[in-house]
Amino acid sequence: MKPEALSESFARSFPSEVETLETPFEIPQYRVKPESLRVVLQFLKQQGYTMLLDIGGVDYHPKSPRFEVVYHLLDIQSNDRVRLRCSPQDEDPVVPSVADLWASAAPAEREVFDLFGVRFSGHPNLTRILMPDDWEGYPLRKDYPLRGPRDEVEAKFAAERNRYYAPKLAGDL
Amino acid sequence: MEMTNGQFYVTSVDKFARWAQKSSMWPLTFGLACCAIEMMNLVAPRYDAARFGAEVFRASPRQADLLIVSGRVANKMAPVIQQIYQQMPEPKWVVAMGACAASGGIFDNYAVVQGVDHLIPVDIYVPGCPPTPDAVLDAVLKLQDSIQSGRSKGGVMAREA
Repeated sequence: MKPEALSESFARSFPSEVETLETPFEIPQYRVKPESLRVVLQFLKQQGYTMLLDIGGVDYHPKSPRFEVVYHLLDIQSNDRVRLRCSPQDEDPVVPSVADLWASAAPAEREVFDLFGVRFSGHPNLTRILMPDDWEGYPLRKDYPLRGPRDEVEAKFAAERNRYYAPKLAGDL
Repeated sequence: MEMTNGQFYVTSVDKFARWAQKSSMWPLTFGLACCAIEMMNLVAPRYDAARFGAEVFRASPRQADLLIVSGRVANKMAPVIQQIYQQMPEPKWVVAMGACAASGGIFDNYAVVQGVDHLIPVDIYVPGCPPTPDAVLDAVLKLQDSIQSGRSKGGVMAREA
């Protein structure tokens, strides 16, 4: 679907839910509220955007709304792309999961959850995917210290600050 | 056993064992990052570690003597590398290849362990980003020298000494 036709059908079907944004590139982009995200994505899937390319997270700290979850879709027939941007609330950000619409959404949503702490309601298995399971904090948030827990160590010597703190395996080393 | 032409060679058991160890140092197939690409060259014809008995990259730690830590060690990889080191039979040796394995390199961040020597004992550090294959080969040769001379025994034997 061409961008103009897409904007028209959005204006017809979702006049209040979808806001058209300017785009610096060829990919048309729209802002969607979290509560209407699922119906809009379902609509786009029916319109031919059958492939979910990626789900990304953004942290605009200290601006508000702070978080953004970005969806990229592709129409394989016409090679058209579309980008949806969705801003959950700042405290305890939650976005509905689309893992039942696209199976590939499940790991992508886990990644956003792992690194930004955005929860996806209805996700079949929302656990960490890149960081260790017992990790604390969300590393790609702007207020996360660059060196993680090591940055909180009051150290007289550099070696102290570089120490590895994770629990050791049982057994002799 | 009958000696042919009366020739024989005198050595000690210890010396003979060390010669055997140094002449067949089998590295573990364990690539972590871009350094692993350079490490692969080690066994290719250009550098050919087969000349020094170190060409057989084993896929199982149970059959390997040499762990070449080739690249940055992520926090999530830390327990894995410890377990693999424990699975290797004694005597065993470790080469920290490149700046990241030695000190974390440019990755002074939350995800990367600042040097693999926080996790396992290291015998030889190879500088470079990445080191050239001949630098790694040089490390293997230096390790062989120190095994032959008895300086580096590896694993349990090193702790007893």
